[in-house]
Amino acid sequence: MAIETRLPAESDLETIDINVNVGPQHPATHGVFRMILTVDGELVVDLDPVIGYMHRGNEKLPENCDFRQVIGYHDRTDYLAQFNTEHCYVEAVERLAGITPPERAEYIRVILAEMNRIASHLMFFGAFGTDIGLFGTSFMYAFRDRETIQDFFEEITGERMMYNYFRPGGVAWDLPENFHERCWQVLNSVERGIDQLDALMMENEVVLARCRGLSPVTPDDAINWGLSGPMLRATGLKHDLRRAEPYSIYDRFKFEIPTGTQGDVYDRLVVRMEEMRQSAWIVEQALDDMPDGPIMAEGLKRVLRVPAGEVYMRVESPRGEYGTYLVSQGSDKPWRHKVRGASFSNLSALRAMSVGNYISDVIIILGSIDIVLCEVDR
Amino acid sequence: MFLAFVSDNPWLEAVARLAIIALLIPIGVIMLTWVERKVIGRLQMRLGPMRVGPYGLLQGFADTIKLLTKEDLRPHTADRWTFELAPFVIVVPVIMSLVAIPFTADLFIQNLTLGLFYFVAVSGLSIVGFVMAGWGSDNKYALLGGVRAAAQLISYEIPLVMAIVAVAMLPQTLNIPAIVAAQQDTPNIVFQSLAFLIFVIAGTAELYRPPFDIPVAESEVVGGPTVEYSGIRWSMFQLGEFVSMVLISILGSLIFLGGWQWPWSLFDESVPVAAQVAMMALKTSVFIFFFMWIRTSLPRLRIDQMMSFCWQILLPFALLQIILNGLVLVYDWPNETLILLSGAASVAAVYLTNRTARMSGVRFEPGLQRVGSVL
Repeated sequence: MAIETRLPAESDLETIDINVNVGPQHPATHGVFRMILTVDGELVVDLDPVIGYMHRGNEKLPENCDFRQVIGYHDRTDYLAQFNTEHCYVEAVERLAGITPPERAEYIRVILAEMNRIASHLMFFGAFGTDIGLFGTSFMYAFRDRETIQDFFEEITGERMMYNYFRPGGVAWDLPENFHERCWQVLNSVERGIDQLDALMMENEVVLARCRGLSPVTPDDAINWGLSGPMLRATGLKHDLRRAEPYSIYDRFKFEIPTGTQGDVYDRLVVRMEEMRQSAWIVEQALDDMPDGPIMAEGLKRVLRVPAGEVYMRVESPRGEYGTYLVSQGSDKPWRHKVRGASFSNLSALRAMSVGNYISDVIIILGSIDIVLCEVDR
Repeated sequence: MFLAFVSDNPWLEAVARLAIIALLIPIGVIMLTWVERKVIGRLQMRLGPMRVGPYGLLQGFADTIKLLTKEDLRPHTADRWTFELAPFVIVVPVIMSLVAIPFTADLFIQNLTLGLFYFVAVSGLSIVGFVMAGWGSDNKYALLGGVRAAAQLISYEIPLVMAIVAVAMLPQTLNIPAIVAAQQDTPNIVFQSLAFLIFVIAGTAELYRPPFDIPVAESEVVGGPTVEYSGIRWSMFQLGEFVSMVLISILGSLIFLGGWQWPWSLFDESVPVAAQVAMMALKTSVFIFFFMWIRTSLPRLRIDQMMSFCWQILLPFALLQIILNGLVLVYDWPNETLILLSGAASVAAVYLTNRTARMSGVRFEPGLQRVGSVL
């Protein structure tokens, strides 16, 4: 899609386009994202995204850390999908070091990562409702269920946000005794909550009128921009890394890849809503099959020295393709550590999607990308 | 003795009535903010304010004290007079329009012969305040909000007035007590359901309440014209908003729901004043609850959708209602025909709105999709 810059209409009245600063402190910019809008009345003529307020050196810092210490930094890149990011990193280290985690640990990882995907999408729906003007209702409904999931994670890992639970070779410690009952309980209540959220958001006439047909993206454009995750699948492409190149044990589970048709904002909502149900289904299957046994690979040294080499590992995080590129030179620290954030690539399409739309639409287009600024700026 | 003295002197009486109103308004608004927070809290699975006083009853008073003691800030570059006058330009017309509103057959400030006309004329003035606030703040969000407010208020004034005109047509009076008296047997909502729908929707838009909170949209223009205001000046905006909400609710219950009259003439001619007031309060609360309810369940419309909804759906249907009423008057049809005609027209309006909302943006042919579809 070529970016069309609109020229001010010819008239006797002299009009000027004004710049409106949206962010970094603005209720609609998730985190500290800033966009400088050039508006002609209500129409956005140009958009200049400004990022970097959240840059903390999350790629460089781990190069001075032990391989196991890096896990915490991955929690802090995408702070809404921590298990997915941890999953990516530990799997990268395992591939590089040739460690095979035991079955039980793989199941635990998949269960937690899929639960985390639900929690992340719930957060999306809450925040999106606020963007579109649904005074806090979607937030409260979504957060009730996200809270349930977070409590559940806290029981397992001892933390509410920065779990730091996966380890190269397994997981940190075994699950609590009542894990199965609790997981079913959480899953049931969350699935009920998803249905309520669905009824609140998806059939709402105002949501339909606002989101349908807004900033449609064609599959070709999506590929050229490097979009991934729900943004990509909303255009109709059935591309999911869990299916395309199954990592961990994802090849054992049955699940659908929900896709949209037009790639507009509404399709992105539909895809995310359906993905939550699919994730719940994966968790149910994993719970049924989960074996007993060790949770950590045998024979790992206290100091993990990874043989020289490089690896690029990517997983399907709730926001899209989350990748880690690791280079080891045989020491106990990664020599090069690079993170590919899905939000960063998805955000790069913002300008092209927004120019020519109304101010209020730009806000919800930004909301529909579902960015996490820590992942963009790293 | 004292009351007799007061009621004998027209000047003293006027002052006393104004004093009662001046006392009732702030307390009413403070309680109403509490009610709104409670209602919205319950609808969102929260408790709402619970800390100050039993069930948080005194929360509004605590907030008011905080607002009163807050520093009155004015941006350095703001246009001083425009900025400082704007809150008053908003509040004064709202309180002025209270004059024409009767609460029962005998309880009113002034029974104006052209009460409805006065109400419409005066309450429309507060647009100026919003534009002043938007312009005078020297803030781009405020400017955008002010312009949005002007566009929205001027557009929705028209269907609102037309719905009111439709109501005034059948009893052929603009005197509110006379309109209420004409609904002795059947309230207007039965005869003129279309006008009622238009009145409620346009009234919501006049109040900047969701889904029409476009001028004050928090996620877009961060509060719009009110963005630079703080303390007592900001609370003036709040006061104006809540009083107009009550006014629209009272007006709606007066001209559509039969006002202070009980259904089926329950008290038969001699309705006690307390019962009249209770009926008024009940009908008004239904409206107020409705406004609070949709705030939690409907997202915001886009500005072009808001405008096209007004000019393409509300206005033609408001005209239709007036034409129907005119037909009934000219050809001397029984009023009952209106039940059918207006009801059918409201069904058509609801269907049309629903369909346009559901169809908007649905792509029938690839390549023909317009970005940002219009209703």
